[in-house]
Amino acid sequence: MKRVIFGLAVLLVTASPSHADWTMNLTRGVTDISREIYDLHMVIFWICVVIGVLVFGVMLWSVVYHRKSRGAKAKNFHESLLVEITWTIVPFIILIGMAVPATATLIKMYDNTEADIDIQVTGYQWKWRYQYLAENVDFFSSLSTPREQINNTQEKTTDYLLEVDNPLVIPVGKKVRFLLTANDVIHSWWVPEFAVKKDAIPGFINEAWVIVDKPGVYRGQCAELCGKEHGFMPIVVEVKTVAEYESWLAEVKQADAKQQQAAMKSWNLADLMAMGEEVYNKACLACHQAEGEGIPGAFPALKNSPVALGEVSVHIDVVLNGKPGTAMQAYKEQLSAVELAAVITYERNAWGNKTGDIVTPAQIAELKE
Amino acid sequence: MTSSSASTHHHGPAVGLSRWLYTTNHKDIGTLYLWFSFAMFLTGGCMALLIRAELFQPGLQLIQPDFFNQMTTMHGLIMVFGAVMPAFVGLANWMIPMMVGAPDMALPRMNNWSFWILPFAFSMMLSTLFMEGGAPNFGWTFYAPLSTTYAPPSVTFFIFAVHMMGISSIMGAINIIATILNLRAPGMSMMKLPLFVWTWLITAFLLIAVMPVLAGVVTMMLMDIHFGTSFFNAAGGGDPVLFQHVFWFFGHPEVYIMILPAFGIVSEIIPTFARKRLFGYPSMVYATASIALLSFIVWAHHMFTVGLPLVAEVFFMFATMLIAVPTGVKVFNWVATMFRGSMTFETPMLFALAFVVLFTIGGFSGLMLAIAPADFQYHDTYFVVAHFHYVLVPGAVFAIMAGAYYWLPKWCGNYYNETMGKVHFWCSFVGVNITFFPMHFIGLAGMPRRIPDYALQFADFNAVATVGAFMFGFSQLIFLYNVIHCIRKGRQASSEVWEGSHGLEWTLPSPAPYHSFSEAPKVK
Ligand code: HEC
Ligand SMILES: [Cu+2]
Repeated sequence: MKRVIFGLAVLLVTASPSHADWTMNLTRGVTDISREIYDLHMVIFWICVVIGVLVFGVMLWSVVYHRKSRGAKAKNFHESLLVEITWTIVPFIILIGMAVPATATLIKMYDNTEADIDIQVTGYQWKWRYQYLAENVDFFSSLSTPREQINNTQEKTTDYLLEVDNPLVIPVGKKVRFLLTANDVIHSWWVPEFAVKKDAIPGFINEAWVIVDKPGVYRGQCAELCGKEHGFMPIVVEVKTVAEYESWLAEVKQADAKQQQAAMKSWNLADLMAMGEEVYNKACLACHQAEGEGIPGAFPALKNSPVALGEVSVHIDVVLNGKPGTAMQAYKEQLSAVELAAVITYERNAWGNKTGDIVTPAQIAELKE
Repeated sequence: MTSSSASTHHHGPAVGLSRWLYTTNHKDIGTLYLWFSFAMFLTGGCMALLIRAELFQPGLQLIQPDFFNQMTTMHGLIMVFGAVMPAFVGLANWMIPMMVGAPDMALPRMNNWSFWILPFAFSMMLSTLFMEGGAPNFGWTFYAPLSTTYAPPSVTFFIFAVHMMGISSIMGAINIIATILNLRAPGMSMMKLPLFVWTWLITAFLLIAVMPVLAGVVTMMLMDIHFGTSFFNAAGGGDPVLFQHVFWFFGHPEVYIMILPAFGIVSEIIPTFARKRLFGYPSMVYATASIALLSFIVWAHHMFTVGLPLVAEVFFMFATMLIAVPTGVKVFNWVATMFRGSMTFETPMLFALAFVVLFTIGGFSGLMLAIAPADFQYHDTYFVVAHFHYVLVPGAVFAIMAGAYYWLPKWCGNYYNETMGKVHFWCSFVGVNITFFPMHFIGLAGMPRRIPDYALQFADFNAVATVGAFMFGFSQLIFLYNVIHCIRKGRQASSEVWEGSHGLEWTLPSPAPYHSFSEAPKVK
């Protein structure tokens, strides 16, 4: 019986590639390292299967043939030095056989030679920040799946929970090094197709690298429990040809410049409120909640909060610089001047917080300097 | 529960509630431990079912992410510290004095205290669910700084509860060591000890070695949270990774604390129902000891992705793989015991056989996880969840069930209902596999653990796992009913209970008298 189940399981695993929806095995991935790891995985798996079949085979044999109801009489042996030494030594040798290639792969993964591109990856509660160190490119990447899908009021789309607003973009065939760290708690940056999973730890910088050999879109998730929205901080990497990558870089830089200009334009309350709501829902709602009511004991309410109703400068300071040592992050770098002005204005005028105050993007832009 | 009529010349138990509050009797305390652990098993089980229900389909249906995290945290803590560990201590309390030919445990008053701390510890832990900010939500591994700077206020109560559990475990361990080393009947040399006693002796040393480390790490958290230190706070010059080193220095031996006594139980049961002496008794003892020793040098295999230097990765990979050798020896010995035996398949044997197979499957996935480069893919996915549930549920829990069925007739003097036992076994066996086998697949396919919602490609197996979990969960009620039925009106058991039984506990009448061996038995 047990063997049948085990056999079935083995069959299922080996039959897996034909079934997209019932994916059962590790991906082979798109890097040399990921394929090596896949091979290691398969070898050790088959070793286990063989040992399993032997051990469970003998056990099943005994269960079937050496049962009392068949009239089996118990034999008297209870030790055998030779046998015992054999089944200590043989597994030991098999293990050495496994350890050698595994170590070789590890050594390759730890190759720290210069990379073509260095990207600093910083985990935040609950988004990723990507800084291209040699280019002046720096952006945040967070979940773009609408809340309605998560709350089941809207049909879920194909990339449910595995889609972001700003994907990481890297060129194909180049060695890209990731320098991983975190702003608050420990996160872990994982893209299965790259076989890269490295913890992003506050105060530390970890390294990982990839050379991807196939353009495409690769998706992963944060792998270390990092609080409430841990399940909602995916990773999307677009691997492009070198030319496409270059033009993407140029585009991003242009968009940045445009955004800075927008701060100079004059904004009215209605526009700021509309934009503020959008920003709030994206960046603040997870903690301070939809109606600004917060979560008692964890995240303060903004509705009727002394900060949102009090001195504007205090409010601006909290949002721009955060509260060190709490979950309240500094948003100065994360949001543009317009977005910051909008969200602060929104907090001061939404949910019955009727201060009528307008915080202008120009005001924030000055503080950001 | 335990009838005292068989030993009228001794003083019997007090009556009413005070019997249980003030008792220093190893059987009473064993009983308390076992019922407590079962209550915790059901509590933690309900949490697991809530988790599985939420994961039945993609999207958030029943509970919100923060509460989900509280559930995964409490489920883990309760199952580890409230269900599995106390169950083993309960079995030790009941069986060790009877197995070594002692009248009681060596330190009976401390025994009372080590049990009665537990209900307080767990009431405190469960009460955090009703506090502002909710219960601990940082996983049973409570990694800093999520569990310090970013923790809900209830973390302080959690720390205090962990301290109390630790004190209870240490006292229990001291008691067990003292009993085994000092109260053995004449002629009961160390190499004649039943394996359950041996495995517990080694486990008790592990407990004494590592529970203080756990106490240390939670104290460091307490200092960080309330007294301005920065052990784990990078901004203050501390090191979040230090937390993980200290935690897993406790945590890895802890997993052997939860499995070594299970090895012991199974090593008692298989020879009984195979009617054949345990194969390779000395190698079983040595294997247990080597597993225990190795458990101190493998902790960082839980941390392959934190950015360890290459040499550390290689060292911890080798050391971890090495554990497969003594573990293999044990499995081979069990199989060799069955080979050419004369087997029957009563409920304890069924659970023991399932243990051997399913624990071995958990061992296989453990071996895969030991391969450091591959672990980069497996780490923190459902593959790990599948792995440790295989070694803990059809591993530790099945062994506890097997032990309970095996010794129940000795404890209460009656047989349980065999048919009901078999039904319980088959429901559990099928349920457990439906629950946890698919988790290997979703883990390999890329689903991280500890997430309340998941991408669509993981939906099918999650639905399957949830169905299995409910099946497994509810079949435990059959066990509860069977035990109560057995205590109330089971068929009278003989003193040997089982045809192939062996050892001192079976020389006592069933039910075992309130005081085990007032006069030391003769050991051949
Ligand atoms: C990760 C959770 C989290 C997110 C996301 C978050 N906050 Fe906060 N916020 C907090 C916490 C925690 C505090 C309380 C800090 C303290 O202890 O003083 C706080 C405090 C505040 C306060 C001061 C409230 C008071 O009464 O003291 C303001 C204003 C605020 N946040 C605005 C924002 C804005 C605007 C955003 C989005 C751009 C945002 N927060 C996003 C967690 C968060
Ligand atoms: Cu994260």
